[in-house]
Amino acid sequence: MSTTAPERAALPSVTRVSRTRAGVELKEFFRQRESVVFTLVFPVILLLGLGAVLDYDLGSGVDFPQYFMAGVIAAGIVGASLQNMAIHIAGERSDGTLKALAGSPMPKTAYFVGKVAQVVAVTIATIVLLLVVGVLVFGIDLPTGADWLTFAWVTVLGAAACTLLGIAVSSLARNSRSASATITPIALVLEFISGVFMPFDQVPGWLQDVAAVFPVKWLAQGLRSVFLPDSLAAREPAGSWELGTVAVVLGVWCVLGLLLCVRTFRWQER
Amino acid sequence: MDPEAAISIRGLVKRYGDRAAVDGLDLDIRRGEIFALLGPNGAGKTTTVEICEGYRDRDAGEVRVLGVDPARGGRRWKAELGIVLQSGAGDSQLSVRELLSAQASYYADPRDPDEVLELVGLTEKAGARGRTLSGGQRRRLDVALGIVGRPRLLFLDEPTTGFDPEARRQFWSLIRSLRELGTTMLLTTHYLDEAEELADRVGVLAHGQLAEVAVPTAIGGRGTAPAVVSWTEDGARRTAETATPTAFVAELAARFPGEVPDLAVSRPTLEDVYLKMIGDRS
Repeated sequence: MSTTAPERAALPSVTRVSRTRAGVELKEFFRQRESVVFTLVFPVILLLGLGAVLDYDLGSGVDFPQYFMAGVIAAGIVGASLQNMAIHIAGERSDGTLKALAGSPMPKTAYFVGKVAQVVAVTIATIVLLLVVGVLVFGIDLPTGADWLTFAWVTVLGAAACTLLGIAVSSLARNSRSASATITPIALVLEFISGVFMPFDQVPGWLQDVAAVFPVKWLAQGLRSVFLPDSLAAREPAGSWELGTVAVVLGVWCVLGLLLCVRTFRWQER
Repeated sequence: MDPEAAISIRGLVKRYGDRAAVDGLDLDIRRGEIFALLGPNGAGKTTTVEICEGYRDRDAGEVRVLGVDPARGGRRWKAELGIVLQSGAGDSQLSVRELLSAQASYYADPRDPDEVLELVGLTEKAGARGRTLSGGQRRRLDVALGIVGRPRLLFLDEPTTGFDPEARRQFWSLIRSLRELGTTMLLTTHYLDEAEELADRVGVLAHGQLAEVAVPTAIGGRGTAPAVVSWTEDGARRTAETATPTAFVAELAARFPGEVPDLAVSRPTLEDVYLKMIGDRS
């Protein structure tokens, strides 16, 4: 009897398995009513609710919905990346999904590619939904010219930083419910002190300094540069949009988040 | 180490703090056999199995699974294994067929998902979402996910916990048909009738060591233990313990004109010897 195994066909490529995983992740997200309502619909409700109630003039002909557009999109991005990743990966870890995947020949890269595909799809869906509601209900002015480019890179960098942080903090929670109970208030507080729900210059100075450590503030500030006239840059702490600093801080958070992921990611419960 | 073995373990030690969950275990599982690992909770069954599956590291000893050290097993090695975890595969929004197709796509030469559904009796549930299945159906889905990659070695960690008796019998016939296909299986179970029904050999684990390895009918000296013969005579139930039951029954038969009334010959059950074995060591 020979000890050599019969020659087997080659394993499927990482690209092919990544495509499968992307399909799995999209179905997992869009078929779950809770995640769709929580992540996609909640920002729209915020926009409709606060946009209808709050009615103040920020000067330069900017009303609240126009100001809030940048903030609610930032909140939508944080929901699609940070909260979505933290809550769902914690759930997959506690219910054994990750352990089962780790025991299969699925390339681990493919799992993360699938997650990125999910964040991209949910982020785009959220932004499109908010823009449509903003234009149709509140008649907000869409960005023009080079502002679209800024919109794109701020969104990509912000979503990337928040996705990596979400994957990293998922390891701290015991299950999806405890992850939700931990990350949702943290995200809300960060959004409050980052000028998402009210003009940033109304946030006390020391809270502005706290907010400046975290990525949400820079994401929201970058998006304000897209939706607000440049005359309002004077109301930012530095008197300008600081787009260079936005890029650097979000970039640093991407690197930090990646290092945290590599050091802390676990495929099974402790 | 036995190079022909599907699993070969020598001197395996795994400690959690001061406690050794596995304490110098030696075991060889042959290719093509169904091996049942028995033992009370905390005896080290799951620890041993999860070390073989590559989920846990070990503190000492040598382990080879299909010729590979599980601590260094890559994708190609994992593609040869099927794993049915005690905890199951988790919640999902995907349908049963979608879950199986996704799992199949990780392997080089998977089985057809529809054939696997037929094999585990879930064809009618192919379109149902994973989370809507009953406990027994979920477990069959776990097994389906475990075998869709056409594994040469299948790990089954307490696969029938929570099954009703009919579902267990269906599951047993599924395992027998996998055996026909040449799959080696390492089964852990709390059900001794399951081990007796399915396993070619059983190993009893107690305090992190193998108390004994034997065929189910011989373990714990069952094959040679005194038999108990019982019958009815003069309207009363009579029993006798004997080392030579054949001769005894022949004698008995001579005393009666026809059938010996209510004749029964019994050996200690697997449960009797198992409880004695784990009792002796605790």
